[in-house]
Amino acid sequence: MPEPLTWQIATVTAIRAETPQVSSFTLALPAWRAHRAGQHYDVRLTAPDGYRAQRSYSIASPPSRRGEVDLTIERIADGEVSPYFHDVVEVGDRVEVRGPIGGYFVWEPVLGGPLLLIAGGSGVVPLMAMLRERAAADGAAPAVLLSSARTLEDVIYRDELAALAAADRGLRLIQTLTRAQPPGWTGYDRRIDRPMLAEALAAAGAPPLAYICGPTLLVEAAANGLVELGVSPAQVRTERFGPTS
Amino acid sequence: MSDPFVSRGFTGRAHDPGDKAGRIPPGQYLTDGFPVLSAGPTPQIGLDRWAFTIEGLVAAPITWSWEQFTALPSRDWTVDISCVTKWTKLDTAWHGVSLDDLLAAVEVDPRARFVTAHSYGGYTTNLPLTDVLNNQAFVAWQYDDAPLEPAHGGPARLVVPHLYFWKSAKWVRGLRLMAEDEPGFWESLGYHNRGDPWREERYSGD
Amino acid sequence: MDDPMVLDANAVAGDLAELFGFEVTAVVHRCAHCGNVAAVGTLLAWTHGPGVTLRCSICREVVVRFVRTGSRTFLDVRGAAYLDMQRG
Repeated sequence: MPEPLTWQIATVTAIRAETPQVSSFTLALPAWRAHRAGQHYDVRLTAPDGYRAQRSYSIASPPSRRGEVDLTIERIADGEVSPYFHDVVEVGDRVEVRGPIGGYFVWEPVLGGPLLLIAGGSGVVPLMAMLRERAAADGAAPAVLLSSARTLEDVIYRDELAALAAADRGLRLIQTLTRAQPPGWTGYDRRIDRPMLAEALAAAGAPPLAYICGPTLLVEAAANGLVELGVSPAQVRTERFGPTS
Repeated sequence: MSDPFVSRGFTGRAHDPGDKAGRIPPGQYLTDGFPVLSAGPTPQIGLDRWAFTIEGLVAAPITWSWEQFTALPSRDWTVDISCVTKWTKLDTAWHGVSLDDLLAAVEVDPRARFVTAHSYGGYTTNLPLTDVLNNQAFVAWQYDDAPLEPAHGGPARLVVPHLYFWKSAKWVRGLRLMAEDEPGFWESLGYHNRGDPWREERYSGD
Repeated sequence: MDDPMVLDANAVAGDLAELFGFEVTAVVHRCAHCGNVAAVGTLLAWTHGPGVTLRCSICREVVVRFVRTGSRTFLDVRGAAYLDMQRG
């Protein structure tokens, strides 16, 4: 029986800007436990008067990095917790966390594939943990990442994803930029819809394990779309983030 | 026991109430926003289907259509509201009909001592009759001079400002007058049966 | 369904794990209302409220509710006909 889940005080050891609105925070954990790709940590902030705010953030780093995790956090303008991370937190600060959490929206290489990963904005974070885990495992099943961002500079992990895809013919990236596209852009330029889902499904090659993460409305549209295209509902796992950022 | 952990530089959303501090019940924080809280999907009720019914211990039940209901004597209300999740909002402006006027349209049986509010979507909450008479409660269809939004309980919701806001049932569809008290959706799962914010009656046993 | 605030049960997996001592989202349940058999992780979660309400993704009826008071948790699982849990 694993130890019960309790809150622990983590220390921020690194902060890395991923995009103008998104940064990754490395947390050293005194009671680190190996996680599975797709899991998250709960973060709890406490003010001097006792006021508390709590949010969940997906783990971006693979479990092979012992003793610490990366949480990639988007700054939500009227949020309570993400602005604290972006505007206040410095290396050396301590943060109360609980985890790793999640038993359903998880993937390990032993589960096989092909993997069909669909991301809206910062929904790419848990899916990146899956792709990083997959890259570390030899002979992993094919994977397709269909992701949506507003502009090119908002694409999280852009360079790393390009490098992974360049080195691995079994990984296919499909990107859509919904607000503005750079000159010469050859990807999609609209919200994820049926034709894009159909292309991603075809690229997967065989009935996939699908993981969809991002704003609630995007996740629902994509999940419904996949089922309408013939994917079994039991093969579609979702993680809704709530209202769109 | 060590001091609880405090996050450096975190102050939370709470505003300094300043000279309004006396209007904030204990344990509450003042907010400018209007958080949306719910236990299920927002019901989509067309006004052509919407109806409000008073039934139970009454001589005869009554049902109003939307046109009939909104033609009842109504007025503006400006009240402070407190949610058990700790936010308080001052001077909220509503328009609707008092429960006094609604109950005056039926002959309430003298055995009736409690009322349960029922909502589209299945939510319920229970109140003593004495807490909803004498201008203490109303059914509102406007907020801030505009039709009440579905997210905040529209087409119409119950508002009982002197109790925690879970008693102000969103998407209300009727009242049932009863001799016995019947705990509603949250009252049956650990929340206080009455919910007076000034006595911090949040949970059962408080 | 067009409610942008709804989440998956995964969002409260931490609170449930703290209560049960193990991951609950992977546990299979049968909806007492419509009979759907699925992982608890598929339930739709309304987390902004006096308590948390988890509803069946097929029929939208309440499967699980819980309330955390100062020191206690009240849990209602009447909406689940059963929970199917691996021992050991």
